[in-house]
Amino acid sequence: MSNPEQLRYSKEHEWLSAAEDGVATVGITEYAATQLGDVVYVELPEAGAAVTAGEPCGELESTKSVSDIYSPISGTITEVNQNVVDDPALVNSEPFGDGWLFRVRADEAAGEPDDLLSADEYATFTSE
Amino acid sequence: MTDDILSRTTALDATHRALGATMTDFAGWSMPLRYGSERAEHVAVRTAAGLFDLSHMGEVTVSGPEAGAFLDHALVGHLSALAVGRARYTMICDAAGGILDDLIVYRLAEDRYLVVANAANAAAVLAALTARAADFDADVRDDRDAYALIAVQGPRAPEILGRLTDADLAGLRYYAGLPGTVADRPVMIARTGYTGEDGFELFCDPADAPALWAALTEAGRDDGLVPCGLACRDTLRLEAGMPLYGHELSLATTPYDAGLGRVVKLAKPGGFVGRAALAAAAERAAERPPRVLTGLVARGRRVPRAGFAVVDADGAVVGEVTSGAPSPTLGRPIAMAYVDPAYAAPGTEGVLVDVRGTHESYDVVALPFYQRRK
Repeated sequence: MSNPEQLRYSKEHEWLSAAEDGVATVGITEYAATQLGDVVYVELPEAGAAVTAGEPCGELESTKSVSDIYSPISGTITEVNQNVVDDPALVNSEPFGDGWLFRVRADEAAGEPDDLLSADEYATFTSE
Repeated sequence: MTDDILSRTTALDATHRALGATMTDFAGWSMPLRYGSERAEHVAVRTAAGLFDLSHMGEVTVSGPEAGAFLDHALVGHLSALAVGRARYTMICDAAGGILDDLIVYRLAEDRYLVVANAANAAAVLAALTARAADFDADVRDDRDAYALIAVQGPRAPEILGRLTDADLAGLRYYAGLPGTVADRPVMIARTGYTGEDGFELFCDPADAPALWAALTEAGRDDGLVPCGLACRDTLRLEAGMPLYGHELSLATTPYDAGLGRVVKLAKPGGFVGRAALAAAAERAAERPPRVLTGLVARGRRVPRAGFAVVDADGAVVGEVTSGAPSPTLGRPIAMAYVDPAYAAPGTEGVLVDVRGTHESYDVVALPFYQRRK
C-alpha cells in the first residue's frame, strides 16, 4: 500500500492535496478504505458549507460500521464528488483518485493545521 | 496493525495470511474478516460458492449409555428422539430460562453426540454441560481442539464437494451428517450452514485442514468458489433471518421472547434445566405477546445498527434493532429488530429507526429477507 508523496495526511485518515488557486481536494486513504471494508453509503457536506478542521462533516457507511468524515482544514466546501455518492465503491477502488470526497477553499484566517503528516509519517503512523 | 498475541489461531492461519486476508479478533480467535470485498464474497455464496474457516466454533462430544437422556436434561430440545445421522438446532438455557447459547447437535451414534457451540460461549457451554452431567452415565469431552471446521456454501457446493468424495451427498439431507472421506481425509460431512444457501460443513482433524482447504479451492476453481470471511457470513445470516447470539439471543432472553419457542420441548419426558421458567415464559408469551423479532428494510440508504431505537411516527420508542447491515442481495439496508407487537405486522406504516438522531422510514417485512429457491 503506497501513499502518494504529494499529499498530506491527517490522523483521521484523510488526505489533502496541495491547493490549486486556494482549493484543496480531500479523500480518505487507502489504509482507511481497507479498514472500513466495502463502503455502501457516503454523506458529504453541501457545496458552500463551512467546515472546521477536526470536526465531522459527513459520514461513510460500510458493511460493519459508520465513520465520520473530517475535513483536515477549515474552510468552505466548493465542490463535492457526486460520483462517490452515486457509487460509494469508488472509495474502495480508487481512494486517492476518482474516490475523492470534496474540495475545500481554505479559510486563511484559520491558518494551516500543524498536525498534518507527510506520506512517510503517515505510513509510520498506520503501522504502529 | 499489530496482531493480538492473546488471539488463538486456527489450523488455517497461514493459509489466510497467504491469501492476504484482513484478520480480526473474534471471541478470542484471530479470524479472517474478509479476503477482498465482503460484498463480492457475499454474492459468490448466493450465486456460486464460498469457502469458510469456522474452526473457532466449539465442539463438545457427549457419549455414554445415557448420552441422550443427559442432553434431554441439559438442553431445551428432545435430543434422545433424534435419529442417528441427523442434526438439530437447539438451545441451552439457565434455570431462569435465559439462553446460554444456541447450538447444533449432531447424533453421530446411538450413544454419541457432537454439540457445536458458538466460540464466545464454548467455555460456558462446556462448563454447564459438565456440571449438568453429574447424575448421568454420560461423558462430556472438550473437543474444541480436536476439530477444524471448514464450510463450503452456495448453489455450487454439492458439485464442488462431490468431486472430492464418494459420500452420498445426494442422499444427505439438510440437517444431517455422515462420516466420509474428502480428498482422502476422514471428515464428518454435515449438510448445515449459516448462510441461507445449500452447503456443507466439514469437521476434520486440524492437521488435515490446510490440505482440505487447498483441495476444495482447486475443485471449485472453475465454479467461482472464493474464500469468505466473517463479514459476509454476518450479512448472509442476516438476510436469511438467522439469529446471532449476542444480538438476537442473550441470557436476558428466553427462546419464547426470541420467537423461537418451537425449539423448547416442554412435553419431553423428564425434567430439564430451565423447564419451570420456560413453561411460565410460554404462558406469558401467549397471554401478553412480547416484542416480536421483525424484519425491517430501509427506504433510505443509511444503515441501521444494533442498539438503534425503533420509533413510531411520534418518536416514541417501540423497539430496538439487534442486527443491521447493507444487504447486497436486496440492495438496501436491512435490520432485525425486536418490535412491539402492534408494529410488527408486515406492511405496518409509521415504523422508523433513529439513525444517529434522524428518524428514517422503514418497511416492516416478514423474515427471512432472502430465501433460496429450492
